[in-house]
Amino acid sequence: MENTIEIDLKKIDGIIDHYSGSKEALLMIMQDISDIYNYVPPEVIPVLVKKLGVKESLVYSVATFYKTISLKPRGKYIVSVCTGTACHVRGAEKITDALRGELGIEEGETTPDRLFTLEAVRCIGCCASGPVINVNKDTHGGLDRSIALKLIDEYRQKAS
Amino acid sequence: MTKLKDIEAFEKLQAALQDKGQLKDRKLISLCAGSGCGAYGTAKVHESLKEELAKHNLQDKIEIKLTGCHGFCEKGPIMVIHPEGIFYPQVKPEKVPEIVEKTLQNGELVKSFIYKDPATKKELTHEHDIPFYKLQQRIIFGNNGLIDPTSIEDYISVGGYSALSKALFKLKPKDIIDEIKKSGLRGRGGGGFPTGIKWATCAKHEGTRYVICNADEGDPGAYMDRSILEGNPHSVIEGMIVGAIAIGSNEGYVYVRHEYPLAVTNLTIALESARELGLLGKNILGSGFDFDIHISRGGGAFVCGESTALMASLEGRPGRPRAKYIHTVASGFKDSPSNLNNVETWANVPVIINKGADWYAAIGTEHSKGTKIFSLVGKVVNTGLVEVPMGTTLREIIFDIGGGIPKKKKFKAVQTGGPSGGCIPEQFLDLSVDFDELAKVGSIMGSGGMIVMDQDTCMVDVARYFVDFLKDESCGQCNPCREGLKQMLDILTRICKGDGKEGDIETLEELGAMIQKFSLCGLGTSAPNPVLTSILYFRDEYEAHIRDKKCPAGVCKPLFHYEIDPETCTGCGVCLRKCPQTAVSGEKKKAHIIDQANCIKCGICYEGCKFDAIKIC
Repeated sequence: MENTIEIDLKKIDGIIDHYSGSKEALLMIMQDISDIYNYVPPEVIPVLVKKLGVKESLVYSVATFYKTISLKPRGKYIVSVCTGTACHVRGAEKITDALRGELGIEEGETTPDRLFTLEAVRCIGCCASGPVINVNKDTHGGLDRSIALKLIDEYRQKAS
Repeated sequence: MTKLKDIEAFEKLQAALQDKGQLKDRKLISLCAGSGCGAYGTAKVHESLKEELAKHNLQDKIEIKLTGCHGFCEKGPIMVIHPEGIFYPQVKPEKVPEIVEKTLQNGELVKSFIYKDPATKKELTHEHDIPFYKLQQRIIFGNNGLIDPTSIEDYISVGGYSALSKALFKLKPKDIIDEIKKSGLRGRGGGGFPTGIKWATCAKHEGTRYVICNADEGDPGAYMDRSILEGNPHSVIEGMIVGAIAIGSNEGYVYVRHEYPLAVTNLTIALESARELGLLGKNILGSGFDFDIHISRGGGAFVCGESTALMASLEGRPGRPRAKYIHTVASGFKDSPSNLNNVETWANVPVIINKGADWYAAIGTEHSKGTKIFSLVGKVVNTGLVEVPMGTTLREIIFDIGGGIPKKKKFKAVQTGGPSGGCIPEQFLDLSVDFDELAKVGSIMGSGGMIVMDQDTCMVDVARYFVDFLKDESCGQCNPCREGLKQMLDILTRICKGDGKEGDIETLEELGAMIQKFSLCGLGTSAPNPVLTSILYFRDEYEAHIRDKKCPAGVCKPLFHYEIDPETCTGCGVCLRKCPQTAVSGEKKKAHIIDQANCIKCGICYEGCKFDAIKIC
C-alpha cells in the first residue's frame, strides 16, 4: 500500500505540549497520534526524536513493544475480538472464524478497501457480556456468529 | 466548587450533604453505566428514560443516577428504583415506557419485568432479596450501585474522604502503617504481600518516594479493578492519599490499561474534582501536606502488570521486567523508593481507617483478612462481580451466588488466578477461598478471576490457550520463558491437532518445572501453572488426545465430529434450519443426519438441540 500521508505538525506539537514534552509520556503521545491517523506514521518519528530528546531506537522500541501502537496504516474500523478466557470459553474463536471468513483477512491485517482491520485483543473486561468485540471505541456484547456478521454489515452501510 | 481550606470546612460540607438524606432513601433511578451494561446498551435505555420522564412531567421529581457497575452483569442493563429498591434486570428501551408509567407514576410493579430466581422460580422484587446479592458482603463494592462516579459530592455523602481527614489530622504516619499492619490487609493484585509491611519498608528508605496504583488489570476474565475505577474512583484516590501520608510521598501515579477508556475518563474527572475541592494537590485541607496523582496509560502489554515492568513503562521505556535482587520499595520508579499496590488494595484502605483494623480483621480467615471481589465468569448462570469474605467456599460462590452451570450441564473445573493460576476440579469445590488454601491445590487467588468451565470445555485446549497468551505476552528477555513457552505451545498445538506422541506429557512436565524455576520474572515462573495443574487433574483428557486421537469435550476440531443419535432425534428440524452450511438433512419427524463432509463443527446444532440428540464422537 502506498503511504503518502500529510502530517499536521501543529497537531503533533499540541499533543507533545499537552504532556509537557515529557519523554516519560512517549507511549501516550504515540497513542494520541494514533487516535488521529489510526496508526503512527513513521514520518512522525523524527519529530518525536527531536522534540522529546530521545533516541530513534527508543521510539521504535516502544512502538513495537506495545500492541496498541501500529506503524502500519489500519482500517477505518478496527474490529478487536476479545480473546480473554471468559470469552474464549463462550466461543470467541467461532466469532473470529466468522469474521476472518467474512472480511477475507487474518488477524493483524486490513481489508484492501482500508475499511476494516481485524485484531485479537486480550480481555476488554466485559466478561459477563461475552463473546465481545470492540469496533473502534464501541463495545458490542452478547454476540454469536450471525449477530457479529450483521454488525459488520451495519458498519459497511454506515461507511457507504 | 469552593476549595475547602481546612478540616472544619470539609466537615461542614460533609454534614450538609448527609443532611440531604442517604442516597438509597431518595427518589431516584440508579442505572448501571459500567462498561458491561454499556455493551448491552445502557445509553439507549438512558435516552428513553429521559424522554419518558419528560413526557410524564416527572423529570424534576425523580433523579436519574448513572452509576458504576452493580456487579450482576449477566442481567444487564440493570435499573434499581429507590427508595423502594425495586430491581429491574435486562432493561431494554422498549420496556422503559411501561416502567415509567406503571412503577414511577403509579407505584405498581411490572410483573413480567421482575427478576425470577431460576432455582426457586420465585419472583424477587428487591435487590437485597436476590441470592446473588444477599450472600455477598460488599464493603468495598457496595457503593457502586448508588453513587455517580463523576460526583465527588456523592462520594462524600456516603462517608468519602473521612479516612483522609482522619489520616491528616488525627493520626501520625506510623499510626496509619500500624493500623494497616494490624488489619492484615494483603495485596489484592495477586501477590498477596502484607500491605502494612510493604508500606513500612518503603517508608524506611531515603529519597523521593512514589506511590503507585497498578491498574493494569491484565488477567483475562478479571474486571474487578475496572469496575472499581469506573464506579468509585474516589475510593482509590483516597486510599492513595492516605498511603502517601503514611509513607511520606508527594507524588503518585495510576498506571491504567489503555483498554479501559471509561475508567480513564472517570478517574480524570475524579482527580480534577478532588483538586478543585482541595483534597488533592498542594496543602491538602490546610494541613501543609502536598500530594498529587498523575494518570499514565498502558499500551496493551500484559507483562506491564509486573511491578518492575510497570515502572519501566512509566518511565517511557518498553515494559521489560528486571530481576528483583533489589525490591522496588527500595529502588523502583526513577531508581527511587516506590510503593506499588493494586486498585482493590487501595480501595480497602479508607474502609480500614474508617472502621478500624479490629473490625476489618474480624472478617475472613486467620491469614487472609477482609473480603475479596471475584469476577465470576464463563459457564455460570449468574456471571458478574462477587464480593465475599475470605474463607467462603468455591461451592458457595459458584452455586449459591453464581447459580450453578447453565443449560443443566456438568461442572468440570474452575480456573482461578488467571494465566498464573490453575484449574481446580470438582473434588475441591468445598475448598475455602483464601491465599493459602488455593495454593495447596496448585492454584493461586491471583487478582480474582474465577472462570467456570463445564463438560464442553477441553482442558488441553485451555492449557494451550493460556500458553499461547503468555508466549505472546512474554517480553522475550530470558531463555526459559521465551524458548520454553514456545516449545510448550508447539507440543500442545500438536496434541490438539491430533499429532500428540507418547512422552509429550512428560516433556511438558519437564519444561514446566524448568520454566518455573529459572524465569526472570513472575510471568515466566507462573506460566506453566495452568498446564501442570491440568495435567495433574485431567491427565486422562491428555491421554485421550494423544493415544485415542479424541477430544471428549468436542472442542479440538480434528479430534471429534458430531453425530445425530437416531434413537433420540425427534426430527424437529431445528438443527437443519440453523446449520450455516446446510450440512443437516432429514424429513420432518424422522431422524436427521449430518453430512460430515460439509460440517464445519461450528456447534450451532449441538447448542440448539433441545433433546440432547447430537453427540460428540
